[in-house]
Amino acid sequence: MGSINFTNALGIHSSAMQLRAARAEVLANNLANADTPGYKARDFDFQAVLAGQTRSKDQLTLARTHRGHIDNNGATEGEDGELLYRTPSQPSIDGNTVDSQIEQALFARNSLNYNASFEFLNGKFKGIKGAIRGE
Amino acid sequence: MSLTSVLDIAGTGMNAQSIRLNTTASNIANAESASSSVDETYRARKPWFAVLEKEQSNINSQDEAFMQSAEGTGAGVQVMGIVEKDSPLQMRFQPNHPMANEDGYVYYPNVNVVEEMTDMMSSSRSYQMNIEVLKTAKQMLQRTLTLGQ
Repeated sequence: MGSINFTNALGIHSSAMQLRAARAEVLANNLANADTPGYKARDFDFQAVLAGQTRSKDQLTLARTHRGHIDNNGATEGEDGELLYRTPSQPSIDGNTVDSQIEQALFARNSLNYNASFEFLNGKFKGIKGAIRGE
Repeated sequence: MSLTSVLDIAGTGMNAQSIRLNTTASNIANAESASSSVDETYRARKPWFAVLEKEQSNINSQDEAFMQSAEGTGAGVQVMGIVEKDSPLQMRFQPNHPMANEDGYVYYPNVNVVEEMTDMMSSSRSYQMNIEVLKTAKQMLQRTLTLGQ
C-alpha cells in the first residue's frame, strides 16, 4: 500500500468514471428500448459495484472460475456488476418496464456524476503535475 | 469503450423510431386508399422492435468485472421487420364509386387514424429522447478528452 504509483495517487475516481461510463451505456440501452415489447429495464447498483471494486486486494479470496461460484469476500447482491432488473412503477400491457422519465432522470444524474468524477481526477492530475514541478 | 457505444445505441434508437414514423406516415397517407377486393386493399403496417444483442466477448479477469457489467445489456434496438395488421377491413356501400364491386361495396384500409396520430407523437418523443442521450454522451466524451490539460 505504501508504494508510489498512479493507482494509489488517483484513488477511487478512475474506477468511478469507468463505472459511470458503463452505467451510461445500460441506461442508454433502456431508453433506446422504451418501445420494445417485453423489454425489461436494467441497471446495476452503483454503490455495491464500487464497494466491490475498491475492496482491499490484500484480502485472501477464493478463486472463481465461473460466475455462479461463491466467493468468500462477503459480496452482496449486485456487487460483481451483474445487472439487476428495475421494479416498474407503471408496468405497461406489452410487458415493457421502461419508465422513460425515470431513465432520463437517472441518465442525466449519471452524466453529472461522471463530470464530477472527471473534475476530481483532473484535480488529482493537476496536483501531481504541481508536485513534480515543485510549484 | 462504453461511451462510444452509447452513441451507437442512441443511433439504433433513432433509426428504429424513424422507421416507425415512416410506417405511420404511410398508414395515414393511405388511410382512404379504396380498392374493390380484399386482397388488394392496403393494410396498416407496424414495425416490430426487438433488443439488439451484443456480441459476446471473453473477459475472465476479475479486475475487469465492471467491463463485463455492461455485457448483459443489449446494444440498442433493431427492427425485425414490418408486419401488417390483420384487423378487418372497412367495407362501405358506395355503388357510385369507380372501385365498387358488383355488389356496390368498396374496401377501405384497416387504418385507425387516431391510433396512428398517437403513435406518431410517441415515436417523435422517443426520437427526441435518443437525441438527448446522444448529445449528453457527446459532451461527456468531449470533456474526457480534455483530461490532464
